[in-house]
Amino acid sequence: MSEQDTRRATTYREAMREAIREALLNDERVFLMGEDVGHYGGCYAVSKGLLAEFGPERIRDTPLSESAFVGAGIGAALGGMRPIVEIMTINFSLLAIDQILNNAATILHMSGGQFNVPLVIRMATGAGRQLAAQHAHSLEGWYAHIPGLRVVSPATLEDARGMLATALREPDPVIIFEHNTLYNLEGTLPENAGPVDIDSARVRRTGSDLTIITYSASLFKSLEAAESLAREGIEAEVIDLRSLRPLDDATYLASIAKTHRALIVDEGWRSGSIAAEISARIMEQGFYDLDLPVMRLCSAEVPIPYARHMEEAALPQVASIIAAAKRMVAHG
Amino acid sequence: MGEFYMPSLGADMEAGTLVEWLVKPGKRVKRGDIVATVETQKGLFEIEIFEEGLIGEPLVQTGEKVPVGTVLAMVHAEGAQVTPVEVAPKAAKTPIAETTAEQLPRAKPPSAAAPPPFSVPSGRVASSPSARALAAELGVDLGAIHGTGPHGAIQRSDVELAARATSQEAPAHKEPAPSGTLQEGMRQAIAAAMSRSNREIPHYYLEMDIDMSRPLRWLETENLKRPIRERILPAVLLLKAVATALGDVPELNGFWIDNRLQVSPEAHIGFAIALRNGGLITPAIHNVDRLTLAELMTAMGELIERTRAGRLRSSEMSDATITMTNLGDLGVKTVFGVIYPPQVALVAFGRIMERPWAENGMLAVRRCVTATLAADHRATDGHRGSQFLEALGRYLQNPEKL
Amino acid sequence: MKKENEKERLRRFLREMLLIRRFEEKSAELYSAMKIRGFLHLYIGEEAVAVGVMEALTPEDAVVATYREHGQALARGMSPNAIMAEMYGKQEGCSRGRGGSMHLFDAATRFYGGNAIVGGGMPLSLGLAQADKMQGKARVTCCFFGDGAVAEGEFHESMNLASLWKLPVLFICENNLYAMGTAIRYTQAVQDLASKGAGYGVQSSSVDGMDVEAVEDAARKAAEYVRQGNGPYFLECRTYRFRPHSMFDTELYRGKDEVEEWKKRDPISLLSQRLKDEGLFSDQEMASMERDVAGEIEAAVAFAEAGTWEPVQDLTRFVYSEKRAS
Repeated sequence: MSEQDTRRATTYREAMREAIREALLNDERVFLMGEDVGHYGGCYAVSKGLLAEFGPERIRDTPLSESAFVGAGIGAALGGMRPIVEIMTINFSLLAIDQILNNAATILHMSGGQFNVPLVIRMATGAGRQLAAQHAHSLEGWYAHIPGLRVVSPATLEDARGMLATALREPDPVIIFEHNTLYNLEGTLPENAGPVDIDSARVRRTGSDLTIITYSASLFKSLEAAESLAREGIEAEVIDLRSLRPLDDATYLASIAKTHRALIVDEGWRSGSIAAEISARIMEQGFYDLDLPVMRLCSAEVPIPYARHMEEAALPQVASIIAAAKRMVAHG
Repeated sequence: MGEFYMPSLGADMEAGTLVEWLVKPGKRVKRGDIVATVETQKGLFEIEIFEEGLIGEPLVQTGEKVPVGTVLAMVHAEGAQVTPVEVAPKAAKTPIAETTAEQLPRAKPPSAAAPPPFSVPSGRVASSPSARALAAELGVDLGAIHGTGPHGAIQRSDVELAARATSQEAPAHKEPAPSGTLQEGMRQAIAAAMSRSNREIPHYYLEMDIDMSRPLRWLETENLKRPIRERILPAVLLLKAVATALGDVPELNGFWIDNRLQVSPEAHIGFAIALRNGGLITPAIHNVDRLTLAELMTAMGELIERTRAGRLRSSEMSDATITMTNLGDLGVKTVFGVIYPPQVALVAFGRIMERPWAENGMLAVRRCVTATLAADHRATDGHRGSQFLEALGRYLQNPEKL
Repeated sequence: MKKENEKERLRRFLREMLLIRRFEEKSAELYSAMKIRGFLHLYIGEEAVAVGVMEALTPEDAVVATYREHGQALARGMSPNAIMAEMYGKQEGCSRGRGGSMHLFDAATRFYGGNAIVGGGMPLSLGLAQADKMQGKARVTCCFFGDGAVAEGEFHESMNLASLWKLPVLFICENNLYAMGTAIRYTQAVQDLASKGAGYGVQSSSVDGMDVEAVEDAARKAAEYVRQGNGPYFLECRTYRFRPHSMFDTELYRGKDEVEEWKKRDPISLLSQRLKDEGLFSDQEMASMERDVAGEIEAAVAFAEAGTWEPVQDLTRFVYSEKRAS
């Protein structure tokens, strides 16, 4: 068995750690900065052990000063470094959104092309752990709205392992969103797993009856739903968006040309969501392929509740994906 | 010679009101001198002058509000004769910045995505874009298809089904869909029947306006309780009311055969349906008096569908005991129909529309319909006819009992 | 560095301040004539701060400034032509006309804006300093901000972080006593801004911002402190702006007599008077300097007037980089 075929068991968390480690080893300009990334080992244990290996200069614990340390990341990128800024969760990123929008996304343009910001920001996102309203946001859509940023959402182990390296080579800011429920995801990766592109969507499951377009943790719910639907004779094609800005229109449009039905599963709130954006694009570019209106399955328009059954009811689930798909296929 | 003009002081300042001149005409001014105060939405500003020389007569009076750029006074070089200069009042100095802005290169508008090069059939048939594309491709008439999609929309599978159906041989007991020769034949049949009717039946006509406010309001409320596919059309109310009123005046429901009236115990109302390819068919809805409104709605819908698909039963063609024509969709107010022999009556309705309505000495606007009865004078007379119409109107006012 | 004598040095300061003064006055005129649009924040009265501080910096140092940054840009050595063209919105401007008055950027002089969010530049300065430190470069990042920014959370976060990580940042607070229209007594519980540094363990001091020599002296010592690797320094420059916050400001919040009082300490007058008193400068030389400066500004205006508009087709350029960086 060649080295290429050797796969080892790993988790999403470990894959991300490996990616950071590899980046630190390969490029001395790279350093990791954020709350509890050093001594604590990372809020989600992603950077566990890295402080011991790389030292406090390259694995920097910051005070609770999101605006300052994100801005510092921008400044360091301007100054020739390749920082990875970790914002503990998307919920706290709101304290730094001024730096992200008004500086990181905008300096290149405002300076007439003189200063680019090669910064990578990583954030945990999403709900599902009963952490209640202020710790459960899925605001990837807000960031995907901003010109000047690139926004990616690795859902698979391969992407968790490979997107960071590519992001670090980008001359412009990249935000990587890691769903908080995916860190424990288990699987295998080839020993020499390498960088992956950060521009394209991927068909994770082929099918001919409907197209499910999704990203992040909802990918796995969609795949599970697809398995169940298959047992009832409905073959769903499942597309993992991977990049939220820019969106890979071509992939999902090609799928819809085949299936004529589109279901978007998005953990953000429905109004003004990524699903809304994709729906508009399908209407604009794939109108004549549609056999019925695009359907969106998003989080209920409520702050995410604490009680488990309520949280479950608020988010897209395997059962609701199955139900939506069946409704779509039932007609005719 | 220079100009002293109303300055732009802010991105959203469009005009200013001159409040006070702080220097008299002829005074020597230099760069930076404050020469006037101006009122804006932000408050009072002291305005400095950027010219040097002798300030001329004010061209704008205090209290005047003028746009930014308006020349307020001329500034003359020292020693020059200060003569009143003819300057158009409120002439706004066109800032070069603005003019140049108009000359900015315009970006080409993004080209709109070209739609696929097939023509989408018009008509009020709800169909998915993909179904339409398929129908055009297969040469299937969308109008002949019954949709099973959301809200009755036609979907691909419906088109596929229809394409398969038309390619199969039609079973013998079904009426074939109207083709070119059949259409011709139908025309001739109608011509014969109408001629006969006019020749043989002494028609009399009665007309009555019916206030539809109450029945329509009731219907609207009823329909809110129903899913869209089960909502009841006003035509159904009319049908049922006709059937019910026939209970009062049964002599209108039957046939003139062998020189005498044969009243029918059942009310099979012939319902006039226009075909897409032209032509009119009046298949019967059986036992209208015994059906509920919902059942009647279903029956009517199903009948229309089968009629247009050419799948009527022969009993439906021959069993009508009276005919109802509803031309409401076309906007005519009153219909003076022609009885289909051997029937003895034809009830017709025009369009339900808003009309002025006088009641109790007051004028109101009501939704009304004009109902006409064309009846065979051999079977009934005007008195009975009037009683029918009166009953019809009365039953319509209590739609919940229909 | 060429050794110049004291007279030459002071005359240089005077000319630099005069250039800023006349440039700003011209900008006001051009704004009134709608050549310059958007917002315009004039530095008139504060010239000594920019000139004095820039004197303490080397060309390798970095500068982060606010939206009232024409003075800093000119003192830093950016071309008046490029600045004027930028304010006109022409593509020959330092930011291709994309930024305007509030967003002057210049890679050649390491001038990182032109930041319009109050306090928004402070975190950037931390990062630039951090990059220098991590790359072993003995450079200073000079961060200008006003008294208003001291109220922003970013001030607290940045002072703390700079102190904690001993970042080579020279924080210059231009305290002109007003945050737009709000006097400092209404915004700060403790108005002695320099005293706040102690709370973060940051070396701090205060200087008379109307005296260019005092500013230069204080800034030089502060920059030296930072350059030695001692961590950040916080220098409060007490100054005053003679003009309103921006063009569209009626100054309802302060009395004319206060302005007149401060005008008696006009930094340009202070220096030119001192030079004249010491026989180092004559009226003729002053007039000559004025003409010289006027010529430079006229050239800048002509440059801007002759400038061209960026093609609209280029609208979406520079949202993302065009060359792949390594």
